[in-house]
Amino acid sequence: MRRQGLRSLVLGVLAMAAIASAAQAQGPVKIAYVDPLSGAFAATGENGLNQFRFAADQINRAGGVLGRQLEIVPFDNKISPQESLIQLKKVIGDGIQFVFQGNSSGVAHAISDAVQKHNERNPGSRVLYLNYSAVDPALTQEKCHFWHFRFDAHADMKMAALTDVIKANTKLKKIYIIGQDYSFGKAVAAAAVSMLATKRPDIQIVGNELHPIGKVKDFSPYVQKIIASGADAVITGNWGADMIGLAKAANDGGLKVPFYTYYAASDGVTAAIGAAGIDRIRLVHESPAANPTAPKVVGDYIKAYKKFYPNGDVNQPRIHTGLNMLVLAIKKAGTTDVDKVAAALEGMEWTTLNGDRVVMRRDDHQLLMPIYISVHTNKNIVFDFDNSGLGLVNENKVEIDKATLPAACKMDRPS
Amino acid sequence: MFELVLFSLLNGLVFGMLLFMLSSGLTLIFGMMGVLNFAHAGFYMLGAYFAYTLTGYLGFWPALVAAPLLVGVLGALVERYGLRRVHRFGHVAELIFTFGAAVVIEEVVQLAWGRPAKSYEVPEFLDFPLFRLFQGSFPAYKAFMLLISVAIFVFLFAVLTRTRAGLIIQASLTHPSMVAMLGHNVPRVFMVVFGIGSALAGLAGVIAGPVLGTFPGMAQVLGSIVFVVVVIGGLGSVSGAFVASLLIGIVQTFAVALNISLNSVLAAAGIPLDAQGPLHDLWKVTIAQVAPIMPYLLLVLILIVRPTGLFGTRSR
Amino acid sequence: MSRRYGVWIAAAAILAVLPHIVRTPVAVPVMSQMGIAVVFALSYNMLLGQGGMLSFGHAVYFGLGGFIAAHVLNLAGEGVFWLPVPFLPLVGGLGGLCFGALFGSFSTTRAGTVFAMISLGIGELMASSALILDKFFGGEEGITTNRVKAPTLLGLDFTTDRKVYYLIAFWAFVAAALMYAFSRTPVGRMANAVRDNPERAEFVGYSQRWVRFVSFCVAGLFAGVAGGLFALNYEILTAENMGLAASGSVLLMTFIGGIGSFFGPILGAIVFTFLQSMLSDYTGIWLLYLGLLFLATVLFVPAGLAGILMLHVPAWRAGRPGRLVGPYVVAGLLTLVAAVGVIGLLEMVHFVVSAPASRTTKRLFWVAVNVRTLWSWLAFAALAAAGALGFRWAAPRAAAAFAEASRPAEAR
Repeated sequence: MRRQGLRSLVLGVLAMAAIASAAQAQGPVKIAYVDPLSGAFAATGENGLNQFRFAADQINRAGGVLGRQLEIVPFDNKISPQESLIQLKKVIGDGIQFVFQGNSSGVAHAISDAVQKHNERNPGSRVLYLNYSAVDPALTQEKCHFWHFRFDAHADMKMAALTDVIKANTKLKKIYIIGQDYSFGKAVAAAAVSMLATKRPDIQIVGNELHPIGKVKDFSPYVQKIIASGADAVITGNWGADMIGLAKAANDGGLKVPFYTYYAASDGVTAAIGAAGIDRIRLVHESPAANPTAPKVVGDYIKAYKKFYPNGDVNQPRIHTGLNMLVLAIKKAGTTDVDKVAAALEGMEWTTLNGDRVVMRRDDHQLLMPIYISVHTNKNIVFDFDNSGLGLVNENKVEIDKATLPAACKMDRPS
Repeated sequence: MFELVLFSLLNGLVFGMLLFMLSSGLTLIFGMMGVLNFAHAGFYMLGAYFAYTLTGYLGFWPALVAAPLLVGVLGALVERYGLRRVHRFGHVAELIFTFGAAVVIEEVVQLAWGRPAKSYEVPEFLDFPLFRLFQGSFPAYKAFMLLISVAIFVFLFAVLTRTRAGLIIQASLTHPSMVAMLGHNVPRVFMVVFGIGSALAGLAGVIAGPVLGTFPGMAQVLGSIVFVVVVIGGLGSVSGAFVASLLIGIVQTFAVALNISLNSVLAAAGIPLDAQGPLHDLWKVTIAQVAPIMPYLLLVLILIVRPTGLFGTRSR
Repeated sequence: MSRRYGVWIAAAAILAVLPHIVRTPVAVPVMSQMGIAVVFALSYNMLLGQGGMLSFGHAVYFGLGGFIAAHVLNLAGEGVFWLPVPFLPLVGGLGGLCFGALFGSFSTTRAGTVFAMISLGIGELMASSALILDKFFGGEEGITTNRVKAPTLLGLDFTTDRKVYYLIAFWAFVAAALMYAFSRTPVGRMANAVRDNPERAEFVGYSQRWVRFVSFCVAGLFAGVAGGLFALNYEILTAENMGLAASGSVLLMTFIGGIGSFFGPILGAIVFTFLQSMLSDYTGIWLLYLGLLFLATVLFVPAGLAGILMLHVPAWRAGRPGRLVGPYVVAGLLTLVAAVGVIGLLEMVHFVVSAPASRTTKRLFWVAVNVRTLWSWLAFAALAAAGALGFRWAAPRAAAAFAEASRPAEAR
């Protein structure tokens, strides 16, 4: 009698396990989002998370992927490379196979390195790292590997476009470079110096400054230095709280020269720059501004987004691109097996929401795309940022073939 | 060059006076009770957040008065129901308590107001450049900050040296038991001083919030520097805190302005320096990059050489 | 004597079988984290609990030990010298010892507040220097290392999390045993004496400065060992590892565990790490709960969790633990009710402040609660009040039962 009881118990447990694992197989496709949700850069991280959630909702309403829904699982890394690795262990422990991250190339280096090590040591539980915003060129050059994909033009590609615009402006003679003291800030400075030397050797670099990231609260001393140097223009890669601080101090200190930036819009920056920066602040980015005109599908997307997140902006269309390309790769591979998905993703061509053709280059997993330059202004603004009435208007477009720089990656592929 | 020096001096002065507002309260509290209040910067943060919320309901000037009062009351409560309990366990326990209070204050702020920074802005009637010199301008709000800080200094000085209450406070600083025997309620004096110190920190937060940012990490940004100021100036000495605050404020602001590195100094003197060696980081570093660590360097040096600080009298 | 050894043998056995008992995939990394925290907390308690020295910069030795270990591991991986991975924590310990001696030479002249301030200054100094000394500290990105590239010993490689756990468990056991042994040596005992009455200790013949210095160096050594283990586990070290947050965490966990006994920090490290990794999955305000727990410990139970356990030893010895069960269960349930109420209110506040305006329900205690209606708030407030009042009624009975149970056995 006891033995019979034991057998039925065992069978019952096995049955439950079978049901549970079957249910697991039909569960959502989880996608981890590892970015700061607290600390100095929380606003940027939250904005990004909302854009991921919105894009995922859209995909789910259209049927999801392989009959399963997408689920975005956020992990707060507090902008720290170390905390990111601790969170990555959780991601892997939870069985999530796809990780998106973008804020801070410092974090990106740590995650990329850790993902490569983990995948090499644990072939049975590989994860794919999708970098949607960390643009230190090294990530697809010296540090490239098979399981990393980047969906944003890297710092050198953007600087090439920016320096073309600077080249055309003959009034500029002295330029000041200021940036955050980490891999990305240094990459921007190095690219600016070398590209300006080739394109406009007559321009003098009157300052090349690095400040601690996320720690400087009062940028007035830096603004004073810029003024004292007699610079005609400023180049900076600052983002998030550092761009807000710099913009505020520049307004307070009366600095009125043109700024050529990577991230001087949205997440509070547009509001901080305010009217003082009209027609003066320029931005280089991977998708066109929605002003003065945008394709209907883009306009509808932004309007729908603002209904859900009235205080947010669609300032990172690369999120939509990255998530959709991943979903397409999973569909093409027919499985969520990471190696097969990666094989499907590399070389993929895609048309973005606003109609640009982009290509995921097979050699280095860098997405190739046209690059846009826009200006901060209050004229012809249909879609503003930060609910401020101010926004970005398109000025220049660099076509994809001109925006592409050669690959410099030696990639080992898994056999 | 001249305008760089002038503006750096002014900015340094503003920052220094802000540090003084924070450190005066801290040094008074230490001088009186022997407690180095770790939560002091937390009261600074609370002042900024209270002002941010109250300005929405009451306007700028009422908030300027109400927020520090609120923080002062909170400080008095913390002293009465928290610090007094652990007092009998010794100084180490008191330090640990204030450390825990600092953590809880920061977490409560995040709970009540959320994690993203708050847009606590300079009030419109103060948001204009006070004067322009060549290309730079000095905002009126910073002049306002300077005004308030100086007023507080004068007020504190007057109260401590000229009023009866101030004399009792000064006496309790050095001879608490004697003052108690003379019939004064010394524990109540302590509570009042703690409250006033916290209110000063809150006031510093109210006026600094728009300039230095209102976000949950703001206590940590200034917290360590304030300790440095207090120790360098001498624990318990308000005039020491004044001198040290100005010193640190001006030195830090000027340091950012200078791009001189050891390398460039030596190169100017004609000595070539090894650019690739393992210690080459030390040679190529500029004073601007070293600026953030200079206060801590000073702190450690003072503690080794003269632990009582520049003006301190007690050695605890 | 055999009972003492018995505790250690049992601990070793538990460490060995733990990964087989708890099988969820996320458990092993957490257990490794706990092992590192245990070593770090024990080293910190050598200063705080045994020496009476409150340090706000102990993470400096942890971090420096870790950085040195990481660099050495990288060099070993490149073949510069032969150092197999299992010996790496020794390198970290050596680094911690050297810097402990260096900074301790001037920090330990005084105890008390001055010592605390110097430790804070050194901590902030080192953390800020990390950005300046790029080559050694790696700047913002930190230093990464690879434990698989280094030479192996007896064919042991450390590719999986479980193998790393066993290495960490081994070193944690050895470090704990050594630190316990140190606390039993004359110098270790003198550290207690210097903590309690420095002047009198000098009359025994030991210089208080010397004793503090030795304690500081040994504490630095074991902090460095913990740093080396960290380097092996996470393969990354950044400036944060030396900062105030890390020093603050070790203070929190040691104090919550109880600074008065040897196993207090072990308990504190385990509980803290568990709460930190598990709690953060369920609630965004876990650090608030930890901070409140810390404050409650400081105010009401300065002896910590270990202290609470030790208080019940007389009852256990007198053979009357059973008497406590009833009143404790009642008081415990009422506290639980009050806690549910308070936690519910705090979580709802957090939700209202942080969630987008469109969302109205939150999963609290496995129930979907509508946060936007008044009833939810009243319900949780009622729970909190009822629990608190009930506790006030039940507490004296529990206290009386405790006093009765702890009464020494009657002489016959």
